[in-house]
Amino acid sequence: MANAIEASGLRKRFGPTKALDGLDLTVRTGEVHAFLGPNGAGKTTTIRILLGLLRKDGGEVSLLGGDPWRDATTLHSRLAYVPGDVTLWPSLSGGEIIDLLGRLRGRAVDPKRRQALIERFDLDPAKKARAYSKGNRQKVALIAALASDAELLVLDEPTSGLDPLMEANFRECVNAERRDGRTVLLSSHILAEAEALADRVTIIRAGQTVETGTLADMRHLTRTTVDAELAGPLELDSMPGIHNAVLDGARLRCEVDNAALTEVLRRLSAVGVRTLTCRPPTLEELFLRHYSERTVAALQP
Amino acid sequence: MSSSLTGSQALAKLALRRDRIMLPAWVYVVVIGVCANAYTFNRLYTTESSRAALVASGESNPALLFLYGRLSGTSVGALTAWRYGVWGALFAALMSVFIVIRHTRADEEAGRLELIGSARVGRQAPLVSALAVATLANVVLTVLLCVLLPLIGLPFTGSAALALAIGTCGLAFTGISAVAAQLTSGARAARGLVFGVLGASFLARAVGDSAGAGGPSWLTWVLPLGWTETLRPFAGERWWVLALPLAVFAAGTWAAFALAERRDHGAGLIADRPGRPAATSLLRGPFSLAWRLQWPALAGWAAGFAFIFAVSGAAGKGIGSLVGTSGTLRDEFTRLGGQAAIVNAYLAALMLLAGLVAAAYGVSAVLRLRAEETEGRAEPVLAASVGRVRWGLSHLLVALTGTALLLAVAGVAAGLGYGLPAGGIGDQMARMLGAGLAQLPAALVIVGIAAAAFGMVPGASVAVGWTTVGLAVLLNIFGQVLQLSHWVLDISPFTHVPRLPGGTVSASPLLWLSLVALALGTAGLAALRRRDIG
Repeated sequence: MANAIEASGLRKRFGPTKALDGLDLTVRTGEVHAFLGPNGAGKTTTIRILLGLLRKDGGEVSLLGGDPWRDATTLHSRLAYVPGDVTLWPSLSGGEIIDLLGRLRGRAVDPKRRQALIERFDLDPAKKARAYSKGNRQKVALIAALASDAELLVLDEPTSGLDPLMEANFRECVNAERRDGRTVLLSSHILAEAEALADRVTIIRAGQTVETGTLADMRHLTRTTVDAELAGPLELDSMPGIHNAVLDGARLRCEVDNAALTEVLRRLSAVGVRTLTCRPPTLEELFLRHYSERTVAALQP
Repeated sequence: MSSSLTGSQALAKLALRRDRIMLPAWVYVVVIGVCANAYTFNRLYTTESSRAALVASGESNPALLFLYGRLSGTSVGALTAWRYGVWGALFAALMSVFIVIRHTRADEEAGRLELIGSARVGRQAPLVSALAVATLANVVLTVLLCVLLPLIGLPFTGSAALALAIGTCGLAFTGISAVAAQLTSGARAARGLVFGVLGASFLARAVGDSAGAGGPSWLTWVLPLGWTETLRPFAGERWWVLALPLAVFAAGTWAAFALAERRDHGAGLIADRPGRPAATSLLRGPFSLAWRLQWPALAGWAAGFAFIFAVSGAAGKGIGSLVGTSGTLRDEFTRLGGQAAIVNAYLAALMLLAGLVAAAYGVSAVLRLRAEETEGRAEPVLAASVGRVRWGLSHLLVALTGTALLLAVAGVAAGLGYGLPAGGIGDQMARMLGAGLAQLPAALVIVGIAAAAFGMVPGASVAVGWTTVGLAVLLNIFGQVLQLSHWVLDISPFTHVPRLPGGTVSASPLLWLSLVALALGTAGLAALRRRDIG
């Protein structure tokens, strides 16, 4: 089984709104696949179809070689899921919920692994779920999923609510999962998270797949946004690997291909730099810059 | 102080907007109940003698005294106050509980008040707005009754007294709910506390009323529902009694504000105990999860049932003489209770009540499925290796066993209560157990309707479930007096249950009802398999 998830032309309507409109998604076995899109793009709807919670209106979908709607129960014993908005039973403790979710999957969690994860994520398992913060609820669901021996992990925006330290812990855990040969589908709206973890990415927008491939394939996605206040005049034309540059007096805003970053910075420092900010573009910026025109063009005959 | 009240008005408007359907529906239920009874008595009992006969039967019959209260006169107004005064007050109290808890503790538990609290809204504003909306609802229903009852032909003074008795009872429970919302950290527990007080109120006045001379008739005076009777609407009103519920309202409001001022957001005064760090081997699948989630509520209901029906059963010991002289009265009585001795009729009426309340429990247990679904807790279960039918069945099974358990408890407790003074405890318990369980198929039909609605029309399942319960109560408790045709009465499954103890047992209606319940449950689960979740 080369592909853990295969979906093509997936469609789903909720009344008048088209949530999915011909979405394609292929996740190879053993890879960490980032599923990116802005809020409301259809990430969660896709995941809910993959989990057999929603019935697709059209298209083809297979999960771990089975039909996610028909074979839901058997397939679910081979996957673990962390919902985007974790709600727990208020009267149960975190520890109880971790054990329960493992047992509901058909296999008890490994106690050593469970304990290690609880310590790693610094969770108090004796607290009732009612008393947990959003981040702690997220940890309960993550620990339950990571402690399982599932072949496939489906994580819907798993780091929302986690602090940076816990986020780093989470990334280490996902890398460990990859080394163990497990498949991870990670939905996110944060590009940096995908860059740090994913082998391949699929980008969706308005229920359609816009782009899919390795991050290396998408050079334009890995440009760095540079915002600098300069001490002297700069000649823009001669700069290599620079895109969408705006020079407003002494202030330069542009995107730079990572390969050309050294050269660009050398030239900037030659002119003199008062302030300098470099950051990866946000997903929203990418959509604005790379896909809005294409979408408009596609709509025109 | 003024700063802690900022935003109350905006919140009250928001609450009114959120309750724009529920609120008028509650007011309608209370008002229409009183007016329908007044209208019927006015039309059907036109002569003084017919009313006197009804009063005679009502006064000498503990079952009726237990269910409705004491009679204070033979006027149409007094009859209306007797038949629907306590029940109208009960519904007004229920309405107040739901409004107050929904806009205070339920919102706080769900985290909605946190968002609101971060805006320019004072700490006390949610409580103020909840109290304002509940008070408004009670005032509206009081005014409506004051206007409508005289239009039906009842004297104004008595009408005003009855309307105020019902409205102030609602206010008293508004105050009690406000306190309960500060005490617990969960809305479910807060509602449970108030239901406890409400149940105790009903029981105190029921026992006080049916105890007869020499019994503890002072019990009617102890808690709010009884004050509806002690005010004596239409029979020389004791206006000062109105001060009692108003005092409860004032004290409750004051206490709630004092408590809210002292506590942290999200916290209650009754602290949460820490849980287990790991699950026991008992918590292993959807069925044990459903049981774990639902047993505390069931235990509360069972304890309430045991207490109420033991006391009610004991109240039946003094009944020996046949009631009434005229044939029509006996007919009326037979329809309500049983064919044989009055004791049996009394006990059979108790079991009917048990059946209706157990059905209400069953519906609440089934609707837990819907709450789990909408609050996102069904998702992790269904995303694990649990099929939809198993998940649905897990809560349906709790509803089924819970309803059966409650009816068994009601029967055994009534048998024990009656048998202890009357003798023959073993026999009494055995036959009352049978009488209680005979209600089970009918109760399960109601539960089945809720289950079918959950599968087929999930968005409307809560409304369908509770409307069905309300309809059954309307048909079986008030259907006789409203002189509804038997075609209409036959809609309720409880109409088809043999009146036990005392009646003849025929298996076929019980079998049919069971089959209908089974079919409804199956249809619900089948629909659940095909639909979207969430």
